Amino acid sequence: MSDATVRVPQGNGPVGASVEQADARSHVTGHTIYVDDVQLPRLAHMVLARSPFPHALIRRIDLSEAEKVPGFIRALTAADVPKNIYTILGLIGFGLDEERALADERVRYIGEPIVAVIAETRAGAAEAAKLVRIDYEELPAVFDVEEALAPGAPAVTEWGINAFDFDGRPFRQVRFGDVDAAMASADHIVEGRYQMSPIEHAPVETTGCVARPEPDGRFTVWTNTQALNMSLDLTAHILQIPTRRLRFIGGTVGGGFGGKVDGMVEPLATLGAWKTGRPVKYVYSREEEMVVSSTRNGVRIYMTDGVTNDGVIVARRVRSYIDCGAYSRHTPYAVQKHAANLAGPYFIPNASFDIYCVYTNRQPSSAMRGFGVTEASFAMEVQMDRIAELTGLDPWTVRFRNAYHDGDLRPHRKPVEDATLIEAMQAAARLVGYELSPELLAMSSKPREV
Amino acid sequence: MAKVKGRGMAAVNYPTGMNLGGDPTIALIHASTSGVFNISISSVELGQGLKTVLAQIGAEALGVPLETVVLHNDDTDTGPYCTGTFASRTTHRAGNAIIAAADEAREVMFEEAAELLEATPADLMTDGAGNILVRGAAGRSITVAEVCSAAHFVHGRAIAGRGIFFKPKSPVDPDTGAMDPDSTEAHACTIAEIEVDTETGNVRVLRLSSAYEVGRALNPRLVHGQIVGGAWMGVSHTLYETTAPYYPLVEHAPTSFSEYLMPGPAECPVIEAEVLGIASSNGPYGQKGVGEMTANSPIPAIVNALYDAIGVRFYELPVTPEMVLRALEEKASAAELPVPEVVH
Repeated sequence: MSDATVRVPQGNGPVGASVEQADARSHVTGHTIYVDDVQLPRLAHMVLARSPFPHALIRRIDLSEAEKVPGFIRALTAADVPKNIYTILGLIGFGLDEERALADERVRYIGEPIVAVIAETRAGAAEAAKLVRIDYEELPAVFDVEEALAPGAPAVTEWGINAFDFDGRPFRQVRFGDVDAAMASADHIVEGRYQMSPIEHAPVETTGCVARPEPDGRFTVWTNTQALNMSLDLTAHILQIPTRRLRFIGGTVGGGFGGKVDGMVEPLATLGAWKTGRPVKYVYSREEEMVVSSTRNGVRIYMTDGVTNDGVIVARRVRSYIDCGAYSRHTPYAVQKHAANLAGPYFIPNASFDIYCVYTNRQPSSAMRGFGVTEASFAMEVQMDRIAELTGLDPWTVRFRNAYHDGDLRPHRKPVEDATLIEAMQAAARLVGYELSPELLAMSSKPREV
Repeated sequence: MAKVKGRGMAAVNYPTGMNLGGDPTIALIHASTSGVFNISISSVELGQGLKTVLAQIGAEALGVPLETVVLHNDDTDTGPYCTGTFASRTTHRAGNAIIAAADEAREVMFEEAAELLEATPADLMTDGAGNILVRGAAGRSITVAEVCSAAHFVHGRAIAGRGIFFKPKSPVDPDTGAMDPDSTEAHACTIAEIEVDTETGNVRVLRLSSAYEVGRALNPRLVHGQIVGGAWMGVSHTLYETTAPYYPLVEHAPTSFSEYLMPGPAECPVIEAEVLGIASSNGPYGQKGVGEMTANSPIPAIVNALYDAIGVRFYELPVTPEMVLRALEEKASAAELPVPEVVH
C-alpha cells in the first residue's frame, strides 16, 4: 500500500478518545524495566578509552597497565572489529564509509572511541580504560564550518574536501524560478546570518545496551535504540555476521529525541559478548551522553530575501552550513530536510539554496527532533518579522500574504497539499484575542483562483 | 532597570515522514482463541504514547474493544520490519500498516461470523463493544470471542492479517533539487509573551499560545502532551541550552546537568493550545505527525518577542542573559555616543 485512502472513524471505536498512555503509570511508579535494569548472570561491563584530542594520529596503544586491573577480562581494538569502517546511512546506499567503530590510525574528535575494555565490574572497566596508555601525535584541528571549507584547512575527511558529496557537488542545491531577475525587481532586500548552536538530547535514560551470547550461536541484545531493525542491521554489518544471529529486544525507551539512532553501542557490546562469551553491558554515563554522543547540528544560515512593498517575498537565496562534526551520521538527511523546507509554509516563486554538510573536528552531530527544519524555521520566522518591520506591515499580514495554498509549487517542485497555515494562524489569532483584518479573516488555504 | 514585556509570533510547517531510501513499516495481527488481537510491529515507543495510539488504531480498524488489543513492539524475532521512530513518521506509517493488517484480519473474522450467523459478510458490522451484528436484523449477533473460538476449533480459519506502509524512495534531482520527500505537512502558529529583566538579562517566558493543525487528533491528550513537551523544549533551546557555549570552539563543554541548564518547573510558561482537526489526505484516519514540530514555532516566537520587548534582534541561539545584557549595553552606549564625523 502506498499513500492510503483516508478513512473516517466508525464512531464506536477508540480513535479520537483521550485514552491514558498505556505505560505511563508503570513509568512514574518505577516499574518499567529499562536497559540498565537488565541484570544477567556473569554480566561483564564495557567502558571505552577515548581520545582527549580533537585531531591526532594514534602512534601506540599500550594495554599492559590496564590488563593488571583486578577483574579485567579483555580489551578490543580496531583490529578486533570485522568491518571497522562504516557509515550508518550506507545501510540505505547513501554516503561513503568514513567512521570507525574503534579508531585505528587517527582520531577526529574529543571522545572518539579507541579501546573497548571489558571487566567484571563497571568500576573495574572504567579504571582499566583510564590506564590504557595511548601515544598521540596531535594534528591541527578545525572547528568552524566556513574555515573547514577554506583552502588549506586541516583535512577531517579522506577525500580532499571537508564536505559531504551530493551528486558530485559539495552541497545539495535547489533551483527554482529566476532568482537574479526577481531580486533585481524587488523593492527591498532583507539579509540575515542565523546561527544555532549544538544541543544535547538529554534523555533521562542514557544510550545503552546489553548483549548476551546464546548457546545456539545467536546474540540477544537488549537496547534502547529508536530503530530496532536499523541497529540490528548495522551490528550485523560491522560484525560481518548474518542477521539471523541477532535478536534485538527493546521498544520502550526513556527519551530519544533522535539521539538513539546512530547505532553506537550495539555493535561493540555484541562484539564484546562474542569475544568473551559473556553477556556485556555498555551504557553511556551522563558525561558520555553529553560529551560523546551526537548532538543537534550547529547550523549557520545566510538568508537573503527579495521583497515587494506589499511584503510579498519574490525571491529567496540561502547558503547553509550544517556542521556534522567529525562524521556525517544522519546529517545528510538533515540537509535533504533543510532543502525541502527553506521556504517554510510560504509560496516563494524564485529560490536558490546551497546546503553544505560540513565536517569539523567537533563532537559528531546527527538526528535531533526537527533537525534541518528547526533551524530553518528560526531563520525564516525572524526574517518574516524583519520584513514586516521594513515594509511597515504587521507580522500577521506578512505571513498571511505569503502563506502557501494547496496547489502551489514549493521550491523543490512538490505541489502543496493539506495546506492549513492560514487556518492555523486564524485560530491562533482567536486564541490570543488578536483582531485580524477582514482581508485576512476571509482567506483560506484553498487553491488560488487562476 | 526594569522588567519589560514583549510579544512575538511565529508560524511553521512540518513534514510527516522523510524518504531517503523508502521507509517501510509492517504490521502483523493475529487473533487468539478468546478474541484477543495481538498486533506485532517493531516500532519503538519513546514516551510519546506510540503504543497507545497504535492500539487505538488497531481496535478502531478491527472494530473491537481497545481492551482486547495487545500491542507487541519489543522483539525483532517476532515483530516485522520498521525503519524506526523518527521523522514524525511512526504513527503515520505504522498506523497505516495496522489498518491494512486489520482489514485483512477483519475480513476473515467476518467470513467466520457470517458462517455462524448464516448471513453474508457484507451484511455484518461491529459495534466496537465486542459483538458482530447483522445489519438491520435486531437480535442476530455473536460475540467476537465466540467467532474467534469457532474459527480456531470448528472451521479452521486463521483470523490474521498483514499490512505494510511503503512510500517509494524519492530520488533528488541533482540540479533542481526536485523531490517528493514527505507524506503531508502539519502547521502551527505560536504567540509568545515574555518578560525581560534588563538588570540581570534574564528572560522569562510567561505564556505560549499556539494553534496546531495536525490532521485528526487520534488521541487528543497525547497530542497535547507533545505540544507541551515541545513548547518546553523550544523555551530551552531558545534561552538555555547548548553543548558548546563558545561555539564553534570545543572548550567548556558541559558534562552534567549541573552545568547544562534547562528550565525547571518554575521557569515553565503557561502553555495553551488549540488543535484543529482537519483530516490529512493520507494519514491513518487523517492523522499528521506532531512529534518533532512542537519545539519549532516557540523558538522564533520568543526571539521576535525579545525584539518587541527591548528592540534588539538576536540572530544566534541560545539567547543567554549574558547576550541580553551585552546587547542592552551596546544599545545604550550607541545611543549615548556622538556620531563620529567622517571626512572624505
